[in-house]
Amino acid sequence: MANLTLVQAVRDALMCEMTHDSRVVLMGEDVGVNGGVFRATEGLQKEFGEERVFDTPLNESGIIGMAMGMAVNGLRPVPEIQFMDFIYPAFDEIVSEVAKIRYRSGGGFTCPMVIRTPYGGGIRGGHYHSQSSEAYFIHTPGLKVVVPSNPYDAKGLLISAIRGEDPTMFLEPKRLYRSIKGEVPEGSYTVEIGKASVVRPGKDVTLLCWGAMVPVCMKAAELCEPRGADCEVIDLRTLAPLDEERIFESVKKTGRVVIVHEAPKTCGFGAELSALINEEAILYLEAPIVRVTGLDTPFPYALEHIYMPDAERVALAVGKVKNF
Amino acid sequence: MESETDLMKKKTKSQITVTKKKPIKPEKGLLGGSVLREDCYRIMNEDGTVDSKADPKLDKEILLKMYRNMALTRAFDERGMMLQRQGRIGFYVPSFGQEAIQTGTAATLEKKDWVFPSYREPGIFLYRGAGLYEMLCNLWGNNGDLSKGRQMPVHYSFPDIKMFSVSSPIATQLIQAVGAAMASKISKTKEVAISYCGDGGTSENDFHTGLTFAGVYKAPAVFIITNNQYAISVPFSKQTGGKRIVDKAVGYGMPGIAVDGNDALAVYLATKEAVDRARRGEGPSLIECVTFRMGPHSSSDDPTRYRDEKLYQAWLKRDPIKRLRTYLESKKLWDEKKEKVLQEELKAKLAEAVEKAEAQPLSDPMDLFEDVYAELTPQLKKQKAELLHEVELRGKFENTSEAFPL
Repeated sequence: MANLTLVQAVRDALMCEMTHDSRVVLMGEDVGVNGGVFRATEGLQKEFGEERVFDTPLNESGIIGMAMGMAVNGLRPVPEIQFMDFIYPAFDEIVSEVAKIRYRSGGGFTCPMVIRTPYGGGIRGGHYHSQSSEAYFIHTPGLKVVVPSNPYDAKGLLISAIRGEDPTMFLEPKRLYRSIKGEVPEGSYTVEIGKASVVRPGKDVTLLCWGAMVPVCMKAAELCEPRGADCEVIDLRTLAPLDEERIFESVKKTGRVVIVHEAPKTCGFGAELSALINEEAILYLEAPIVRVTGLDTPFPYALEHIYMPDAERVALAVGKVKNF
Repeated sequence: MESETDLMKKKTKSQITVTKKKPIKPEKGLLGGSVLREDCYRIMNEDGTVDSKADPKLDKEILLKMYRNMALTRAFDERGMMLQRQGRIGFYVPSFGQEAIQTGTAATLEKKDWVFPSYREPGIFLYRGAGLYEMLCNLWGNNGDLSKGRQMPVHYSFPDIKMFSVSSPIATQLIQAVGAAMASKISKTKEVAISYCGDGGTSENDFHTGLTFAGVYKAPAVFIITNNQYAISVPFSKQTGGKRIVDKAVGYGMPGIAVDGNDALAVYLATKEAVDRARRGEGPSLIECVTFRMGPHSSSDDPTRYRDEKLYQAWLKRDPIKRLRTYLESKKLWDEKKEKVLQEELKAKLAEAVEKAEAQPLSDPMDLFEDVYAELTPQLKKQKAELLHEVELRGKFENTSEAFPL
């Protein structure tokens, strides 16, 4: 076991998979010599050579389109988009091409690949280094969407994603890259994609969250305990495909739900979660579902701490559903 | 559609001829380094001397204004980096070594012209009269910032001087500049739109699109490519299989020229010609300014991890400010005493503006909802009321943001 940060765990996963599977290749802006601007690929070019870990021209659709061609032709690319905010030039390649190739070729062509990209705010990054745009990709059939919240899951989920047969968006909460550490086993292990995790059991209110909102919800749960609400915190971990069963199980127990995400409220993934719960478990609800989300504004710079959900805001929402 | 023969005929004209003088052939190896080339148009020798036959004899006022602005840009960048290192601001992007490009191009423009800058061009804002105080307020993201603290530091926006709002996504502004240029053409306002990106930016789809559209419509646009040889850590050799960015101009049907980007006179003259062409209705041009990024990509970057040190050392000798100063001194337009006065003046002006900017408070939280649309939507009104209620309930919000990592 080693005590690693989340970004070190990502690097560890890449190292493990590259060691035992020569098909795995990494590419992106600054991933080679510089080891990635967050150091997620530090030293990997030295270890595996320039053919397997390489810097690309500054062109995101190029990174994804080329990765797709490589995947179609037998490699297992893990392209990096430096910030999720810069993914949009590659949007066409991802949603029109990568996500649909299996379907549109009747299963004849596939492109198993993992698109790694840091997402989320709380790092003084303004509009273009802070957004949380998972909903666009969850809304695209053919893509899996995975968001780890701790070093152990980051390594295990990334290895599962690389070994999987489907293209996967692997969204890394950059706010947690170095702010948390955890025990991570040496060598390869997997964490199953499609399974949520109950990170704190509780009986009164279900908190649904992922990525950097997991520690926020854990802190909120602590705040709520003396205020008389026992929260169950569920880290969804995989947003597509969703572990619906685990969610419904919890909702049936607590009857009260708060959904927390960084992205704007309108059409955020919270809307889908709320609709699902209404479809499947409305008779168990004791209070309306409450969403704690980013505002319906572009992501701001100086006032991001007011824009983003924090523990107190979540705790207030818990109070609201608890005392409905 | 133009026939191939038409294009071939044009090919011979694909270099901008600057004020009808022949580009001066630099001494062999003078620029040195792997991507530095002898094809660059230049007026100054490396040490700032100018051969008498080559002296363009620019107006004294312009020369001094350019020099002062380059010195101001350097002082501003130094202050920006220092404020970041002291933890007083969160982030900074210096433009060390690129002062001649910013100032030399800006000096060719009229007030009515449009500028679409990248994030490494404080000198253009300064040349066109952006207030030091307002620029510094942007670094703090406070309520004195014209974009109301919504953007990261160095992402300025100055509508009054037609300095378009800076974006982080790369090269997006090139196409927008073509649009502004086309509006000028359609409205017959004779405005020119100039846009900037780096060597990395030339790899983006938007570079291709911008130049394609400009070429097709013969837009009154000028594209300044600052080839500073690194896109964060990725060297120019990884941006194109070709040797020169200027060669791309031919493919888009526009003239182009490669210029020594540390030679303020050459940058000025080449850009002047391109701007004049555009204003005369002769269409777009591309100018590749060959230089070197003398600082980090940003305050979060450590260039010693990847930078070619020999190349860096070689470029230290070509400091654009020193070169212009030598030239001015040779013309008796500048001396040690004037320099001392200027430096003291810059220091005092900056110190005063810093003090004032740092004291400004952040915008009011309720301001978060403004400017999303022309008017608040019902949804935003609701969210605003909710936030107001929360502010009343909670009072102060704790700022738990981590430091910017890149």
